[in-house]
Amino acid sequence: MGLTRRTWLKTGIAGGLLLAGAWAFHKPLDRLAKRGLVAQAPLDGALRLVVPALVPVLLAGMLPEAAGERQAAIRQATDGVATAVAALSAATQQEVSELFALLALPPTRIAVARLSVPWPEASEAQVRAFLDGWRGSSLALLQSGYQALHDLVLGAWYADPAHWGVIGYPGPPEVPRPS
Amino acid sequence: MINDPYREGAARGWRLVDAARLERDVEAEADVIVLGSGAGGGIAAEVLAKSGLRVAIVEEGPLRSTPDFRMREADAYPQLYQESAARKTADKAINILQGRCVGGSTTVNWTSSFRTPPDTLAFWRSHFGLDDYSPEALLPWFEMVERRLGIHEWNGVPNLNNETLRSGGQALGIEVSGMRRNVRGCWNLGYCGMGCPTNAKQSMLLTTIPSALEQGATLYSHLRAERLIVEGDQVRGVDCVAMEPAGVHPRALRVRLRARHVVLAAGAIGSPALLLRSGLPDPAQRVGRRTFLHPVALSAAVMPQVVAGHAGAPQSLYSDHYLHRDPIDGPVGFKLESAPLHPVLFGTTLQGYGEAHAGLMREFPHAQVLLALLRDGFHEASPGGTVQLRDDGTPVLDYPLNDYLFDGMRRALQAMAEIQFAAGARSVIPVHEAGLRWSSLAEARAGIATLLLQPLALRVVSAHVMGGCAMGKDAAQSVVDPRGRHHRVRGLTVADGSLFPTSIGANPQESVYAIVARNVSALAAELTGRPAAPIA
Ligand SMILES: Cc1cc2nc3c(=O)[nH]c(=O)nc-3n(C[C@H](O)[C@H](O)[C@H](O)COP(=O)(O)OP(=O)(O)OC[C@H]3O[C@@H](n4cnc5c(N)ncnc54)[C@H](O)[C@@H]3O)c2cc1C
Repeated sequence: MGLTRRTWLKTGIAGGLLLAGAWAFHKPLDRLAKRGLVAQAPLDGALRLVVPALVPVLLAGMLPEAAGERQAAIRQATDGVATAVAALSAATQQEVSELFALLALPPTRIAVARLSVPWPEASEAQVRAFLDGWRGSSLALLQSGYQALHDLVLGAWYADPAHWGVIGYPGPPEVPRPS
Repeated sequence: MINDPYREGAARGWRLVDAARLERDVEAEADVIVLGSGAGGGIAAEVLAKSGLRVAIVEEGPLRSTPDFRMREADAYPQLYQESAARKTADKAINILQGRCVGGSTTVNWTSSFRTPPDTLAFWRSHFGLDDYSPEALLPWFEMVERRLGIHEWNGVPNLNNETLRSGGQALGIEVSGMRRNVRGCWNLGYCGMGCPTNAKQSMLLTTIPSALEQGATLYSHLRAERLIVEGDQVRGVDCVAMEPAGVHPRALRVRLRARHVVLAAGAIGSPALLLRSGLPDPAQRVGRRTFLHPVALSAAVMPQVVAGHAGAPQSLYSDHYLHRDPIDGPVGFKLESAPLHPVLFGTTLQGYGEAHAGLMREFPHAQVLLALLRDGFHEASPGGTVQLRDDGTPVLDYPLNDYLFDGMRRALQAMAEIQFAAGARSVIPVHEAGLRWSSLAEARAGIATLLLQPLALRVVSAHVMGGCAMGKDAAQSVVDPRGRHHRVRGLTVADGSLFPTSIGANPQESVYAIVARNVSALAAELTGRPAAPIA
């Protein structure tokens, strides 16, 4: 009865063989990281490769225009996603790391995310096509992958008090702290 | 003056053990171990401790108290909620909110209080042999917990988020009523979901747990109960593992507790999971089955006036109109309430991204949200979900949504849009991946009628997990007897929302309080040979 650790890859797996590939790539990366041969933990590395490309699209209309501020906001949003992921349950962190590995590694990026160029080179239109493709997919796996990205990025953004002003949220009221 | 009961209690010698800070394995003994400190565990701990028993309370989550409640989602969700408020069903189609801290879900719940509806109890009597579950037999227990927790008709002014339900309902001839809440001296801030910063909410954190501690109980926090210790057919205690401070990963450090009796109150996913891990006999495979959620459909509206749905009591008005239209075992009925709005919860729940999403977020002050909670578990097409274990022993709920429930969801989306437009909404947006922003009722009606209702398309949430260790007379149909005693081993009583053989059909906290108060009072009398001490 127990679900395996590879839940995310196995849920609703119609085109499953393709996806299982991501796991195969994820493992060696993990091993390299553990031996200190790649700089970052694989989750963090993959996340930091993918999320900065998603932020300008998911948050279009919210990001500042000026280039410097915009870059800083994207960096902060990416940090926010990393923080949010670290607070998820161990099992969900595993699934999220599979998701980012699948998106980051070229073979699965091309096959499953249908993105032909590396994330940092992707245009906003290409990222939008990826998001819409997964959002409207008939595969539950891809739909839930889209929703995970949606929730992580938008959640991290609106958790930040710096982003409350524009939406007219005054923040919590003042309450005297218990002495 | 707002005080911190735990700081003061600690200074008076309360026994508080934070397992995240233990330096070596621990073995200890008590008369009764209470696993979980939420609605059921809190009431159980107070009844048992006041009756003179030595109680140990085991809570997986952290001890967070008044000064920690800073009304910020970024603090509250990782600290106070299961899986950082992102717990999902196996197919990821339902987001489940549950507390994971001392006080359990009562520390973060919205204080709406209802007695168990009489039609739900009638169903339990006729279908599960729960003969003494009548409104009359439970009345003294409802009254006791109402006195204990200050549950009363709330006399504050509903915020506009709630008022929209009333004004829309009134225009349509739909009855909308005022709620009762478990608060004393409520400041009407609207941050119940992040832990009450003013000690107004009468959660277990503020009431029964401090009282049990005052009687000498020991509270272990950051301690996850893993497995019951069973010798023959007698439960002797529980094996636990300490959690690291962030509460995500277990430490390599164990606590073994022994006792005459174990009260299981880890909530309606945690309790069945503990039984599954413990491998107790379950020949009919009932453990973890029939777990219910009150699956919720949401409808957002943009109102002409400022609503400020983040401010003021989260829920103060409700309508049972659509619960009573059909028989309880007919097409699924639903209860209508409002949902409090905070940036993260709203921003993540709302579908879409980019300009469309940003545009709605900019109208956050005008946003209004209704919710419909579906009364699941009364029809054969609504068997609920199944709690399963992952390889690492943690639980996941498999709860397939189906056409029976989607039929209710569609009727609920229609009803909510109608009420919102009747209250003057400028536009209505059903919370669905394909939900558009409709600016007239006619448009919304036609749109909702053709929405494809499927898992993951409709964004479904739940804050009410129930069942999984169902009580009943027949051991082939249930896990525990009508008093919560395990059918097959001795020394184990289940005392939380997992007992319910169906959903409640109303916000469940008061049902947990009253039923646990009665069952655990009987247990205390049995263990001590004297009548249990009343808690109010
Ligand atoms: C955001 C939110 C709002 C809500 N609003 C309302 C409302 O307004 N009105 C209402 O009636 N109901 C509301 N509810 C639901 C209500 O609070 C719950 O139905 C009720 O608290 C359930 O009681 P319980 O004892 O079954 O579980 P809980 O109160 O959830 O307590 C279970 C406890 O067990 C702990 N636990 C789990 N596993 C283990 C383990 N292995 N070892 C040790 N400890 C463990 C958990 O951490 C938790 O603290 C709300 C819930 C939420 C989350």
